[in-house]
This record gives sequence, structure tokens and C-alpha cells, in this order.
Amino acid sequence: MNTEKNIKTLIVKKPLKLDCGKTIKDFPIAYETYGSLNSKKDNAILVFHALTGDQFVTGINPVTNKEGWWSYAVGPDKAIDTNKYFVICSNVIGGCMGSYGPSHKDPDQKIFGTNFPVITINDMVNAQYNLLDHFGIDKLFSITGGSMGGMQVLQFISNFPDKSKTVIPIATTSSHSAQNIAFNELGRQAITADSNWKDGNYTSNDTNPGKGLAVARMAAHITYLSKKGLQEKFGRKLQEREDLKFGFDADFQIESYLRYQGSVFVDRFDANSYLYITRAMDYFDLAKQFNGNLSEAFINTNAKFFIISFTSDWLYPTQENKDIVIALNSIGADVGFVEIESDKGHDSFLLDVPNFLSALKNFLDKSYEEN
Amino acid sequence: MKNEFQVIADLIEKDKKVLDVGCADGTLMKFLKDNKNINIRGLEISKEKVQECIAKGLTVIEGNAEKDLKQFPDKSFDYVVLSQTLQAFLNPELVLDELLRVGKKAIVTIPNFGYWKVRFHLLFKGTMPITKTLPDEWYNTQNLHMCTIKDFFHFIKSKDIKIFKSLALNNLNKSTINQSNLGVKNLFADLGIFLIEK
Repeated sequence: MNTEKNIKTLIVKKPLKLDCGKTIKDFPIAYETYGSLNSKKDNAILVFHALTGDQFVTGINPVTNKEGWWSYAVGPDKAIDTNKYFVICSNVIGGCMGSYGPSHKDPDQKIFGTNFPVITINDMVNAQYNLLDHFGIDKLFSITGGSMGGMQVLQFISNFPDKSKTVIPIATTSSHSAQNIAFNELGRQAITADSNWKDGNYTSNDTNPGKGLAVARMAAHITYLSKKGLQEKFGRKLQEREDLKFGFDADFQIESYLRYQGSVFVDRFDANSYLYITRAMDYFDLAKQFNGNLSEAFINTNAKFFIISFTSDWLYPTQENKDIVIALNSIGADVGFVEIESDKGHDSFLLDVPNFLSALKNFLDKSYEEN
Repeated sequence: MKNEFQVIADLIEKDKKVLDVGCADGTLMKFLKDNKNINIRGLEISKEKVQECIAKGLTVIEGNAEKDLKQFPDKSFDYVVLSQTLQAFLNPELVLDELLRVGKKAIVTIPNFGYWKVRFHLLFKGTMPITKTLPDEWYNTQNLHMCTIKDFFHFIKSKDIKIFKSLALNNLNKSTINQSNLGVKNLFADLGIFLIEK
């Protein structure tokens, strides 16, 4: 699945004990960087990707030949200005863009499949922490990410309270809700119901559960958009036809759009990785790690937080982001919060939403000036 | 910066922790941060104003004082500032209680409905007063609970709230309000500034 020549990899020699109890070592973390690290090494920003993202944040992704997932926000003169900051992003473990995951081989040279250990958000950030040593960075200037990226941001600063000056969780939650778990389970069931899935052992031959994975993607994609956004973009418009065809082809543009989203997704994503990463999200409950008191997760950090949510995001709604703000305020932490007006749903953080991008830029640049 | 903010800033010592409730575009916050090394936070309901604060490098939380003050622990700020907003809340008494819970001290300013221009406007024109501190029409004003300096003075006395300083402001003139000159100040000041504690 990977064209390995374009992927930079750090081999982590140090053993990492996973939440499931297993220990991994000598495992790869695939990463990419943008901009350059200054001599004081105080301009680094660690970006965490969401469920289906990867290390190729901006510019052309050399594997898919498409724009990076956060091209609107990251690049020269953009909100996260790579003329100024050194941006690092790595593929999460469990992923399929070069980091250790279910499509890798086990010590017996057999592809892991579902024998890969179940990983958590905690495991992901503990693995990525090795990048700081790799680059000789004592303290990051910022950590940021949206959605599952935001969960990693929260877990990272909880695990390593003095390792970042600023912390920007975006459109996220400190605990996956029943509705979040339900949608993820729908996706997993679609994959495992595909007869090509073969209990996860599909990689040993040429077939793969593409149909199941496409359905998972289609269902998830709906949760990333708002009802209003969908209605305005598609409404009941028909797909290249004058009238209904009284059949089950894609009569409506929205059907055709979702089918397309599903089909392009299977070309770049591994079905088993989808199972593993959604599971990690479902297991995420930061408060539970601190006996139900979320504030305790942040008690040891002096970092400056800036939390951003979007009005039309119903997957990780404003209230769930505000719960993080409340937990931080209750311990007197330095926290700012803004809810951005947008019709673009959860996906707003990935799109050209000017008020979001200017808030992000202003927060980063002003905080950096105070450095 | 308007004179009111200068008077508020003069009431706050250096290096304190301050919450500005209804901080608008952050003018006062920025002044306190830059000139008095204040550890400053803001709470603001308007998205546009929140963006302006962020652009100034200020820590601000988008929120509504009536709902969102409760997340701050008791006495977690040295001062809590509320400038000309108390009259705009559905329940000013509850907000005042919250300010005094969250702050060791609170600085509250109120546009004075007892100001002579306001009284004249209503008396002679017979329409709702419009002045510099009360610029909106009755149908589009944010103000729900207008009061006079005298009303507020009696109100905080009745709640056993300690008054450290009460100042009357009329343009650039600042003077102290006390029990004996209350009637006069209530007539000639367009703004009252109260430093209080509970």
C-alpha cells in the first residue's frame, strides 16, 4: 500500500509498553516536516492528524498525488506559517502510511492483520514523543490537531506537561460519546461484513474489503458535514439526468458524491487500520484516566491553551469542547476559547474558513512574539 | 482609551490576576497587560470581539457571563471587572453574586439613569433618554435593568457588600461618592464606578 521511497521513517528502538499490555520495539514511525528548525529549537509545532489523515500535512502528498489534508492551514504565510515554524507530523501507529500498523509484518514475517496489538490514543502520543528526541527538541512551541488530532493534543500535554508552550485542540472531545462510538461501530461492521475481509487476513492475497471500507467512509463522511451544508451543496439535485430513473443507480448528486468519496478512500486507506484507529478513538476517555476528574489531566502543565470549535459540528459539538475549557478554568489554567461560525460541519477545520484560520494564525503569532 | 478605563486601571495594583467580564475588543485588557503586568483573562459573548482580542494576543473565552462564570473557582482572580454591562443581564443580582464569588474584589461600573440629562430628556421630551452612555433606542437597547447610582448604592448596601471605593465620573471629572453626597452625585455623574468585595 505504501510507496516507501517517499516516506521518511524513524525506527524507535526503545520498547514501548502499550495500554493493552503488549510491548513493541524497533518499530517505525513515518513522519514529514515542513519549514526549518531554528538554532534555538524553539519554533517547532507538532501536528497530529485525524482518523484518515497522515504525515503529509501540506503540499502534494507524494503517495496520493493530492493536496495534503491541512493545506489550507499549513504552509508559507498560512495560519501555521512554515516560513516561521518547523512543522512535524507523523503517521499514527496503527495507521497505513508507513508507521507501525496492521499491514506490517510480525517477527515471523507474517502480515499482522488483526494480530496487531490494539492501540490507544495514549499509545499513539507515547510513540510520537520519540520525535522530540530525534530532532533534539526540548520543548515544542505548539501542539495542534483537529478531531482525533485534538484528542492526541490533549493526551500529549497530559503525558508530557512541560513539553509544549502552547496547546491548540480543535473540534475535539476529551471522551468519545455513545454517538461517536456508534458511528465508528457502523464503519467497522461494514468492513467486517465484507466477505473479502477474511478476519483481517486479506492482505495475503489480492482481494481486499474495499466495498466495506467504502461504506464505512460514506457513513463517516456524512458525520463530517452539516445538514445545511449538504442541503446547500446538493439539495435534491439529480446526477447527470433529467429525471428519476426508477432504479437504484445514483439518481441524486449526493449519492454519486458519497460513492465517489468511498471509492477514492479505498485506494489510499487500509481497512484494518480503519478498525484499529476507530477503536483507539472509542477507547479515548481522558477523564477516566484521572478517576473521572478531567482537570487532573492538566494539573501539571503551565501551557497556554486555545480551544476552537465550530457551530455546525455535531460530531464533536461546541459543548464537548467547552467541557475541556471548563476543566482548565477550574484549575486556573491559561485558556482561550472561540466557537467559529461555519456551515461546513466537523470538516470546517480542514477547509477554507477564514475566521478559523485567522484566529489560529493570530494566536500562534502573538504567542510566538511573547516567547 | 476612555477615561472610565483609566479610572479602573488606577484601582488595580501591578502583577495581579484579573478577569474582564464582557471585555469587548480587549482595550482595557491590553492596557492592563502592557502597563501593569496583569495576568489578564477576558470573557466576551461577541464572536467578532473575541477575534479582535485574539488578534491582540489576549486570552479570551467566548461565553456568556450569566452561564459561564460558574466554571471559575471561588476567589480565583484578584479583581473581576464588569464595565457598563450589569444592566444588560437577565438576572443582574445573580451575576453580581458570581463576580464577588470569583473575584477577591470586583470593579463594577454602571451608566447612571439618574444623571440630569437623562432625567431632563424624559421630563421634557417624554421619550426614552438617549445619551453618550445610553446611545440606543428603547427597542434595540441591550439594557434590560437600568438603575441609578443611588439604586446601586442602596442595593449593594442591602446585600452586605463592602464598598472600598465608589467614584462618580462625569466626562473627565472624577469624584468620590459617599452617603452624604449621594443625591448630588446621582444627579451630576453619568457613570458610577464601584470597587466592592464580599
